[in-house]
Amino acid sequence: MSSEKQTNPEIRMETLGLTVTYNKTVQGVKGVSMPMYNNKVTAFIGPSGCGKTTFLRSLNRMHDLLPEAEVEGKALLDGEDIYDPRIDPVVIRRKIGMVFQKPTPFPTRSIYDNVAAGLQLVGIKKKDVLDGVVERALRDAALWDEVKDRLRSPGGSLSGGQQQRLSIARALAVEPEVILMDEPTSSLDPMSTTKIEELIQELKKQVTIVIVTHNMQQAQRVSDYTAFFYVGELVEFSPTSVLFNNPTEERTKEYLQGAFS
Amino acid sequence: MNLQLRYARDRVMLIGIVGLTLLVVVPLFLIIGYVIVNGIGGLNWNFFTQELGSPSRAMLGRPTGLVAAIVGTIIIDLIALAFALPFGIASGIMMSEYPEHPFTPVSRIMVSTLNGMPAVLMGLMAYALVVKNTGGFSALAGSVALAFVMTPIIARSTESVLRITPWSLREVGLSLGLPRWKVTLSLVLPAARPGIVTGVLIAFARAAGEAAPLMLTSFGNNFLTFNVRSPMDTLPQRLYSLAISPYKEWHAMGWGGAIILLLFVMITFFVGRVVVDRMEKRALGLQAMDKPKKN
Repeated sequence: MSSEKQTNPEIRMETLGLTVTYNKTVQGVKGVSMPMYNNKVTAFIGPSGCGKTTFLRSLNRMHDLLPEAEVEGKALLDGEDIYDPRIDPVVIRRKIGMVFQKPTPFPTRSIYDNVAAGLQLVGIKKKDVLDGVVERALRDAALWDEVKDRLRSPGGSLSGGQQQRLSIARALAVEPEVILMDEPTSSLDPMSTTKIEELIQELKKQVTIVIVTHNMQQAQRVSDYTAFFYVGELVEFSPTSVLFNNPTEERTKEYLQGAFS
Repeated sequence: MNLQLRYARDRVMLIGIVGLTLLVVVPLFLIIGYVIVNGIGGLNWNFFTQELGSPSRAMLGRPTGLVAAIVGTIIIDLIALAFALPFGIASGIMMSEYPEHPFTPVSRIMVSTLNGMPAVLMGLMAYALVVKNTGGFSALAGSVALAFVMTPIIARSTESVLRITPWSLREVGLSLGLPRWKVTLSLVLPAARPGIVTGVLIAFARAAGEAAPLMLTSFGNNFLTFNVRSPMDTLPQRLYSLAISPYKEWHAMGWGGAIILLLFVMITFFVGRVVVDRMEKRALGLQAMDKPKKN
């Protein structure tokens, strides 16, 4: 790991020796320690199966759903371990939102109700409150102008790129501090991809973003920091320009040169 | 391999599949046809308005009918459904959504066992539980027996439908900071609703055709009653007793009753189909979302 400039921004999340084990034997992520800085975009890159998605999902306790997955080590949000037994994962996930690889609108809900879902389902019913949140979230997700006249049509009626921005709006509506994005553009066309990448630049003003990507160019375009993973290990973590132009580790160099993928 | 041969093979396969399908469908139509041919003559308005009464009514040509059995079937089946629904859906949710819970393997074994259990045993169980303890045969006892028939079917179908709802739906719900029960009730169940309704209809139709569990519980009643604490008539059990009676007039009525039972089941499915289609149209746009790969 290379050390950064002295003017490091504030740390929003940090992992300490985080390990994810499947079925007590297979280590998906091996003792990863790294920071994620406030209002910055941190990208995870690495070949398929290197553990970057597994690591990302451990950052908002998504593995709780899989009985065969076990997490050790710490993941701190604002200095507090999200795996502390006294902590309610529901509260954690409210602060750490997630956008998935494929767009995932709730099929039976309208565009409006998709965005409002996170609030409606915890009992917030006031129309003026919801109206405000929905409009703000859709504006922040750069989708408002395209859907403002058809908020009542089903979320599934949108194009793939729009659906992904709807998913982002839905995540934004609950006002998370961190948004985890798992290859958010891998199922989208180039135009939609560009839109989402621009959106990420806007969003980092209000939230901390962690993004997994298969695409090295994308990591260079959108991120401030990049972490390179290989076979479950964090090989190198640096400011993006440093990692891509002047990597310290041999394996990083080989990967960037396309020696393996 | 040459192209002609491949086409020929394809055709042979198709013929084979169509042939085997016909083999399944033909007996079904034979049964329906046989019932209609035999029963249609006995059907008239009295059938739907008159009580059965004593055999002499039919023999002397006085008005007689199966209104008691028709009304009884509807009452007993609906009450049974009300009993079975919460238990069936709940155990379906249990088995699908909480696989790690220690109670889940137990409920899975119970549901499988109940599913394979002969319906007459359900009647025996309801007899022991309800008839014995309430002092007599009653429609309610019949409903309990049919609920035993319905519950495992509903549980099993609910489980399998929930299992095929996109995994990502749960993840998205959780990632929004929703508690697990809320995700299940407000997101997963609605997405699975068409399939769950279909399963419930199958359970309902299956129970509607059962005679055995009712013999020892609702018993039967030649007269119309709405009192669920008294013995009540139902179509399947009435068909059985008409069929084993020594009166040919009653045999004819049995055939007519069989048509009504068939209609009852078919209408159930038809209404269900319409409802499910409506729901599916609303759910249009459902994305193919899969369980996450572990990498």
